[in-house]
Amino acid sequence: MSIVQFVHLGGFQMIDKRKGMVLITLVLTIILFACGKNEEKSGTTNGNAATISISGSTSVGPLAEKLAEKYKEKNNVNIEINQIGSSAGITNAVNGVSEIGMSSRDLKEEEKASLQETVIAYDGIVVVTHPSNHVKNLTITQVKDIFTGKITNWKEVGGDDLEIVVVSREDGSGSRDAFQEIVGYSSGELVRNSIIASGNGNIKTTVATNKHAVGFISFEYIDESINTVSINGVEATAENVLRQKYSLSRPFLFVHKEENLSDEGKKFIDFILSSEGQKIVRETGAIPVKM
Amino acid sequence: MRKLKDLILLGLLWFAAFLTVAVLVTIVGFIFYKGIGLISFDFIFGDYSPSGGGGIWPMVVTTIYTIVISLLIATPIGILAAVYLQEYAKQGRMVRIIRFATESLTGIPSIIYGLFGAVFFVTTLKLGMSIIAASLTLTIIILPVIIRTTEESLKTVPQSYREGSLALGTTKLQTLYKVILPSAMPGILSGIILSMGRIIGESAAIFLTAGTVAAMPESIFSSARTLTVHSYLVTQEAGDIELAAAIGIILIAIILILNFSATWISKKLNKADY
Amino acid sequence: MSTLPVKREKSNKRKYFMEKLSGKVFLFCALLSVISLLLIIGFVFFKGSKPFIGEGYSIVDFLFGNDWVPSENQFGIFPMIVASIYATIGALIIGVPVGLFTAIFLAEIAPKSIAKIISPAVQLLAGIPSVLYGVFGLAVIVPFLQNQLGLIKGQSLIAVILVLAIMMLPTVVTVAETAIRAVPKSYREGSLALGASQIGTIFKVVVPSAKSGIMTAVVLGMGRAIGETMAVILVAGNSLIIPTSLTDSIRPLTTNIALEMGYAFGTHQEMLFATGIVLFSFILLLNFVLARISSKGGN
Repeated sequence: MSIVQFVHLGGFQMIDKRKGMVLITLVLTIILFACGKNEEKSGTTNGNAATISISGSTSVGPLAEKLAEKYKEKNNVNIEINQIGSSAGITNAVNGVSEIGMSSRDLKEEEKASLQETVIAYDGIVVVTHPSNHVKNLTITQVKDIFTGKITNWKEVGGDDLEIVVVSREDGSGSRDAFQEIVGYSSGELVRNSIIASGNGNIKTTVATNKHAVGFISFEYIDESINTVSINGVEATAENVLRQKYSLSRPFLFVHKEENLSDEGKKFIDFILSSEGQKIVRETGAIPVKM
Repeated sequence: MRKLKDLILLGLLWFAAFLTVAVLVTIVGFIFYKGIGLISFDFIFGDYSPSGGGGIWPMVVTTIYTIVISLLIATPIGILAAVYLQEYAKQGRMVRIIRFATESLTGIPSIIYGLFGAVFFVTTLKLGMSIIAASLTLTIIILPVIIRTTEESLKTVPQSYREGSLALGTTKLQTLYKVILPSAMPGILSGIILSMGRIIGESAAIFLTAGTVAAMPESIFSSARTLTVHSYLVTQEAGDIELAAAIGIILIAIILILNFSATWISKKLNKADY
Repeated sequence: MSTLPVKREKSNKRKYFMEKLSGKVFLFCALLSVISLLLIIGFVFFKGSKPFIGEGYSIVDFLFGNDWVPSENQFGIFPMIVASIYATIGALIIGVPVGLFTAIFLAEIAPKSIAKIISPAVQLLAGIPSVLYGVFGLAVIVPFLQNQLGLIKGQSLIAVILVLAIMMLPTVVTVAETAIRAVPKSYREGSLALGASQIGTIFKVVVPSAKSGIMTAVVLGMGRAIGETMAVILVAGNSLIIPTSLTDSIRPLTTNIALEMGYAFGTHQEMLFATGIVLFSFILLLNFVLARISSKGGN
């Protein structure tokens, strides 16, 4: 009975003293009733399956989602993936908010102390530009100078006479941490008027629609809408990462606290490391742990 | 000279109106043009697939959850609060404080609600990023809307109704439930529908409290994404304007339906006699 | 023998009890909005003031510092305050005249048949999720600025201003139109009888009489502009600089919170709450102004 009907029926007339107490909790009961009902309804799809909660890097996220999709086809388990960034994911794993954290950067010393890490794949970071850009190769020093604002025009690195627009990820992003660490500059040095985009896809679309722009994205996001730049003459390919020729690479990590990892979570990690899981890794554009 | 000035002003008025209409038509037109190609039965009712090409059904379900839960909580509280303000309270300091609080709540930007929800419902009450945390946050957002509209419609109930009923020896409560609230029902209903619109359009507050999990919610304690958040994320993350526009069409359609039903209900109820 | 009076007395007592009880329940419901407001203020302020009370950060550095580098513990939001103010003022400069003139047109000039279609349509647009305005901004306005106007990047102050101006239009038009329509007919008739033209009457008599309603429209539009988040993220560029021209990309206060909240923890997160306090103060100030306007209008 909805409250509207209740009102129309004039139900309050009949209420006696004892039922008066019910009235006080009327609102509460409705809420609880609603909650219970909703839960029942939604519980139909997967019964009382266990839930693995995963959160972290937006770079690892798409891969993890695809792995989870395949895994769920054969296993009665729910996998909840929140893409909130590496740092937040690591914090969640430390606090026990999530069972597993995803990170696209190496763990810091203090984080290593409390967490176990599993490398599930490797990823390359590629410097990208607009398709019309003629610059196909940059040295790592040039990349640094561009991102710190020492080089401000494409003609300084052999391109057209166009001002450079730097596009970076936000502070806290694992891709940004990894990129800055390898290239060798700090957040404070990043050129101030750079566009800050909150995700690989966002950088890609920004760069794809702006002929001035330069950014960096994970290998998974490479497509024909953007132009990829070689570093020190080495092309950005999975093979070059595995042969350790291409320097802009980092591991994709699943991190967890030993005592928080459930059997289901462990099985999921095992699945990822299996040949079937690694095949999915390769299909999504990331680099398998073993070739 | 004066005539010329008048003429210029008149021209400006026409121009402004034309500009407003043109801009708004362009936006709606743009959304339909970009998104209509994706709209299909499978798109709306299909399950989401991370590999692309899937539907938006999980987000539709999440949106419905947030609407139902927050309305279930906010409606009774909002109506009773309005009844207190209009029918019970002596106009004084207490009422002034409550009014001020309600008005202030109306003006708070949704990102602040999001911050509050994230620290209070998600962290302090340990609900986690979940539909229920988002719904409770939304409850506070729509509470002022429901209180306001209910108050307005209570004001329109003629004083003679109350006097007539009380003269027949009924108590204040009986008068309230049998006479006043039924007469105020059209206004209350349109308040509820307005709130639904507000919930559907909300993004920042939900983004910070419900999270962004793109899957069918297991229960109201799961993290999930609503349609509006989904449309933001596909624009932001994937730059997929067509998909965002297609979701936009669904959102606009829902809002249109809600608006028409609001008008229809209040017309219908206004005609009915009590 | 006398069970009946006893019974009646009992039922009367019950009635009184119910009356009293329900009054209390209603009061509690009404107080919930006060409680919510206090909770919101309490929690946001509690979280946001922590760095300044417990951790030795200076409020002056926070408000007037130019550097926001969370990973190096530098938290200065001055560029964002400036960005928020510029964006809001810019949106008002474009949105208010257009919105107000549209409202005047709809209320005074337009044939009834046209106003009847346009007014509800504009109202409806106030309900469209703001994200969609952002999508439009990113897909149409940003490329337009880049390709047609030759800016090096379309994500800029001017893009934010345009999106916000468009977004506030429905609010400004609807509220101002209501205010103008509420001006008594006799005012117009009096002015026209004195020989004033229709346009003269509108601008010298009708609009001034509707002043407080129009101001409310402006303040509401302003609130919408300063508080908007998701639509702005998409077109602002989010650069951490004090904008010096319309073509600079900016990061307003709201954007800063939404952009980094997911990533933030510890002091960084508390600083985002502090950013929230600053935003909150702006809004409270606006509400205060609005309250002053409406109380003046009442007199």
